[in-house]
Amino acid sequence: AFPPLQSFSEEESMMRDAVKKFAQERIAPFVSKMDEDSVMDADVISALFEQGLMGIEIGAEYGGTGSSFFSSILVIEELAKVDPSVSVLCDIQNTLINTLLMNLGTEEQKQLYLPRLVGSFCLSESESGSDAFSLKTKAEKHKDYYSINGSKMWISNAEHAGVFLVMANAEPAAGYRGITCFIVDRDTDGLHIGRKENKLGLRASSTCPLTFDSMKVHEKNILGKVGHGYKYAIGMLNGGRIGIAAQMLGLAQGCFDHTVPYTRQRMQFGKRIFDFQGMQHQIAHVATQLEAARLLTYNAARLKEAGRSFIKEACMAKYFSAEVAALTASKCIEWMGGVGFTKDYPIEKYYRDCKIGTIYEGTTNIHFTRVPVEALQKHKSFRECVSAHAQSGRQVAPLTHAAMNKEII
Amino acid sequence: MSARVLVGVKRVIDYAVKIRVKPDHTGVVTDGVKHSMNPFCEIAVEEAVKLKEKKLVKEVVAVSCGPQQVQETIRTALAMGADRGIHVEVSGKDYETLGPLQVSKILAALAKKEQADLIILGKQAIDDDCNQTGQMTAALLDWPQGTFASEVNIEADKLKVVREVDGGLETIKIKLPAVVTADLRLNTPRYATLPNIMKAKKKKIANVKPADLGVDVSSRLEVLKVDEPPQRQGGVKVETVNDLVRKLKEAGRI
Repeated sequence: AFPPLQSFSEEESMMRDAVKKFAQERIAPFVSKMDEDSVMDADVISALFEQGLMGIEIGAEYGGTGSSFFSSILVIEELAKVDPSVSVLCDIQNTLINTLLMNLGTEEQKQLYLPRLVGSFCLSESESGSDAFSLKTKAEKHKDYYSINGSKMWISNAEHAGVFLVMANAEPAAGYRGITCFIVDRDTDGLHIGRKENKLGLRASSTCPLTFDSMKVHEKNILGKVGHGYKYAIGMLNGGRIGIAAQMLGLAQGCFDHTVPYTRQRMQFGKRIFDFQGMQHQIAHVATQLEAARLLTYNAARLKEAGRSFIKEACMAKYFSAEVAALTASKCIEWMGGVGFTKDYPIEKYYRDCKIGTIYEGTTNIHFTRVPVEALQKHKSFRECVSAHAQSGRQVAPLTHAAMNKEII
Repeated sequence: MSARVLVGVKRVIDYAVKIRVKPDHTGVVTDGVKHSMNPFCEIAVEEAVKLKEKKLVKEVVAVSCGPQQVQETIRTALAMGADRGIHVEVSGKDYETLGPLQVSKILAALAKKEQADLIILGKQAIDDDCNQTGQMTAALLDWPQGTFASEVNIEADKLKVVREVDGGLETIKIKLPAVVTADLRLNTPRYATLPNIMKAKKKKIANVKPADLGVDVSSRLEVLKVDEPPQRQGGVKVETVNDLVRKLKEAGRI
């Protein structure tokens, strides 16, 4: 018989329990203050490194934990139950930065950057979010270095990052096929980190604009090959989606776990509000949505680990978990009543934090587009349709093109 | 120092779980309930690992008695820094009736077999609160004991132990080999870091049966009934001191 979807190896269970305890004792006490001041506590960040949470899939030879992608997912989920901001810092580090460096880095690059420094992934710009590959940051080649000019927006972890993976176009004439990934140290001349955004939620996670002013980057700092950046971005974001799904899942579960005990204590009309049938129906509905989001997320992660096709499932998991997080947080505030609306209780923070889930690492609308594309990739008729479309001189979105040409990893 | 430390770790219901008595009053519900390492055992493991880091002992061996599941508890000790584990297999009815006397016989036998120089245990388990295993083990081995330890120092071949007693703190010096039981303030147990959890997978856990150690685990005790503590009654407010004294006398309290 096959084990149920929610089956974990002993190592995965141990990791999850260790992170749960760590998060409760070393992170929980700081959450409220970090949110209010919009600053991630430096001790929390070093504790994440100390515990091995910032190098989960990296081998021991680079100072990492040497574990699996699914372990990362469990860690991200557990952290999000306590603080989604800390969770996203850990998620970006593991699923984006480490993945890119491990898969594409030269030995020298790996030794230099793994896993000691917080990393930032720099793709979005003020004029290119969902339309990522229309980015305008340019990299001009001179002898053995590139001069980069442009700007980026919404860059997470920027306040604490020691290394930035910057997507810039080295060959604008080639369109998106000129996009190249550059490894940029924090102290590089010409790199300016702007004032962080004053956000609704995920406030402890720094989100800053960056400006590149004739920033000089040596060609040995190119990650992978020139012009292949778009491919790397798509490939890595596929795994990153599952990470965000895990974050939203943890957020929803953490919020839910704080609320249900309250409903079992709060008395009105001579009984606990949990005992009212109307409440039970609502709670059961949310609990079911949570379970569904969990299964989607865990299954997508297992598919990826098994080397099987997982992109459609990753998209589904990400958009669905974000929706469930929003539903759960909203309902939890209602169930808590007046106290849910005050900052003395942790619920309102989950409500503010959840909204970003439908926006970053691929908006829900983008995912709605991707799922059919992925599902239909195998259908000849769709491909013929798109080819015909392109041949008649009409615009075909780069993402669809890439999907069609099976350039997606 | 070539000293070998034996650390006992017990798998108990997690401290945060709400305990429920079984409907037949023969015990508490354990099926599907979260279990973890007894908190005082965590402190014992931490002390042993600290001694190893200070190079005062050479090897830390974690021991647990019970069914298959106690291997998780041993692995947690390994992830905290113990070098290897011993799983003493006890299951079914024997496990339900396993108590301090049988466990101390097992630990005494293992201490001889493994040639241990020091045994560190938690002062008591949070499920039965017996506070007996450390003391019984020392007696069976005819070793000195330093119980309720809030500080332990090795000085040559002696152990200086600061004990938390009712009247305050008592400092004693005992000769090795000895048994120490850990109290709350002895140390703060470390988290098992993720890399250490991975390393723990490669450490060995040996399997042993009580019979192999010449120990009879049958119990001389029979649990007749398990009940919940009585529900707390509401209090009564009084207006004057005289009323208070009168009420206390009526209740037979003074």
